[in-house]
Amino acid sequence: MKPTYHYTENNLIDSEPNKFKEENLHSEEMILNIGPQHPSTHGVLRLEVISDGEVIKEVVPHIGYLHRCFEKHAENLPFNQIIPFVDRMDYLASMNNEHAYALGVEKMLGITEQIPKRVEYIRVLVAELNRIASHFIAIGTYGMDIGAFTPFFWVMRDREHILRLLEWASGSRLLYNYIWIGGLFYDIPVGFEEQCQQYIKYLKPKLKELEDILINNKIFIERTANVGVLPLHTAINYGITGPMLRASGLRFDLRKVDAYSIYPEIDFHIPIGEGKMGKLGDCWDRTWVRMQEIYQSVSIIEQCVARLTSDLKRDVTFDPQALVPKKIRPAAQDFYCRAENPKGELGFFFRTDGRNDVPVRCKVRGPSFVNLSVLPALAKGVLLADLIAIVGSLDLVMGEVDR
Amino acid sequence: MNESLSAILSEIEGLVLKEDKQYLFGEVKPENIFNVLTYLKNHPQLYFDSLSCLTAIDNGAQAGTMEVIYQLYSIPFHHSLSVKVILSREHPTIDSVESIWKTANWHEREAYDMFGISFNNHPDLRRILMPADWEGFPLRKDYQTQETYRNIKVDYQQP
Repeated sequence: MKPTYHYTENNLIDSEPNKFKEENLHSEEMILNIGPQHPSTHGVLRLEVISDGEVIKEVVPHIGYLHRCFEKHAENLPFNQIIPFVDRMDYLASMNNEHAYALGVEKMLGITEQIPKRVEYIRVLVAELNRIASHFIAIGTYGMDIGAFTPFFWVMRDREHILRLLEWASGSRLLYNYIWIGGLFYDIPVGFEEQCQQYIKYLKPKLKELEDILINNKIFIERTANVGVLPLHTAINYGITGPMLRASGLRFDLRKVDAYSIYPEIDFHIPIGEGKMGKLGDCWDRTWVRMQEIYQSVSIIEQCVARLTSDLKRDVTFDPQALVPKKIRPAAQDFYCRAENPKGELGFFFRTDGRNDVPVRCKVRGPSFVNLSVLPALAKGVLLADLIAIVGSLDLVMGEVDR
Repeated sequence: MNESLSAILSEIEGLVLKEDKQYLFGEVKPENIFNVLTYLKNHPQLYFDSLSCLTAIDNGAQAGTMEVIYQLYSIPFHHSLSVKVILSREHPTIDSVESIWKTANWHEREAYDMFGISFNNHPDLRRILMPADWEGFPLRKDYQTQETYRNIKVDYQQP
């Protein structure tokens, strides 16, 4: 006999209770709930804060408000039908998610070598465009958390062009389902390369402007330098990846380390934090690394477009769906693959049994999920206003934290 | 590099090394897991300093086992290893590796949340994604959704 539910004043709290109880605290401490609906938590993140006046003693993140059972769904879907769900994890960088997923499944099938060069270049082109869009959101909303309102409008204006480009290629603005296992949904539209070139030409001075108004702004530096310093050994122990790890001073980028796709053919370098404005690995470094990565992505896009308009030019015989397998049935194996997302290492763990088109298990290692887990260590002993600065600098997408 | 790696790994006590098509993996008995992983992290030539991923798999009621899989990666040496542990399905219990890699904290909480595997010596083993008063462990193969949650019908058809 199950007890029936009756609404009482405190009953709702049972579904996500606080970790700390009021009666166990010292008299000067209090529990403060930030979120889940607060704009500076970047989605539906609830932070249970134990504070002593302005000083934070403990932070306990409560997540799961956007849990959509990705792994349960994936156990019941064929590999090609999982791609739309993969889009919806990190919805600001869907192309990168799809790219990572497609690479993983192709490796399991053993068709990685056969993918045409043109397909790979188009994939990297759209993925890097999306990386810029994702970093724009990270930088713009971070500025807004800190109090700078104008840069947010500027990055949204510049990001709009990317979304329109990707809409032109795939048909949708955010959730593309464009990169397929073994190929692409369509070839890029006629004139896409030229539009990319024009956009890059438009973007370059705007990036300089953005850097001047936000990154090198005195107020911004005062607010973020020496705040939330993440030492390298802590970062590695907590499994931090992506711009956060690089801001702590380690030159570690899976595009170089694993050299997947066509990245070995492309000339780019990995920016790392230098502690220019304060200690190495502070919030300013993290934002600065993202800004530098945009410049690198711009360079990658230029090289991709150069190749796509010269030796890998479109022709009538090119069919991006030629290699798309009709039946995706990898041999029985356990497989872990990973790729560099704008937020860090996106990993997929698959188990297949070789008799079925659906994976037995598909686990996602989301970079935001892991990067968020360092927050309790980062935010111990800081001021309440700095907590907002630290949460913003993690660049969370709750869709990926909760999956 | 890979051969010398497997040479070092094959001498470790408690780790049974196996070769798959794609990568190396080792099997460890549940009672040895903490010692073996501590050794793997601190060995000067192995030095698996990052835990990329920790996950669990339910093999179903017929097999009667569950697995916990650790994806280890060494940043300075660029080599990776996955370590498998097979647990009984009745009482899945294993030592926590939170004191070796802090990142295991949330991964283990997720494995507890989804599979009901309990991790000994874990500092904070609570549900992480599901509500605290949810019944059952959703990623087990024989999982049945509850009919109602707080008088709300749980409308999920099992395929």
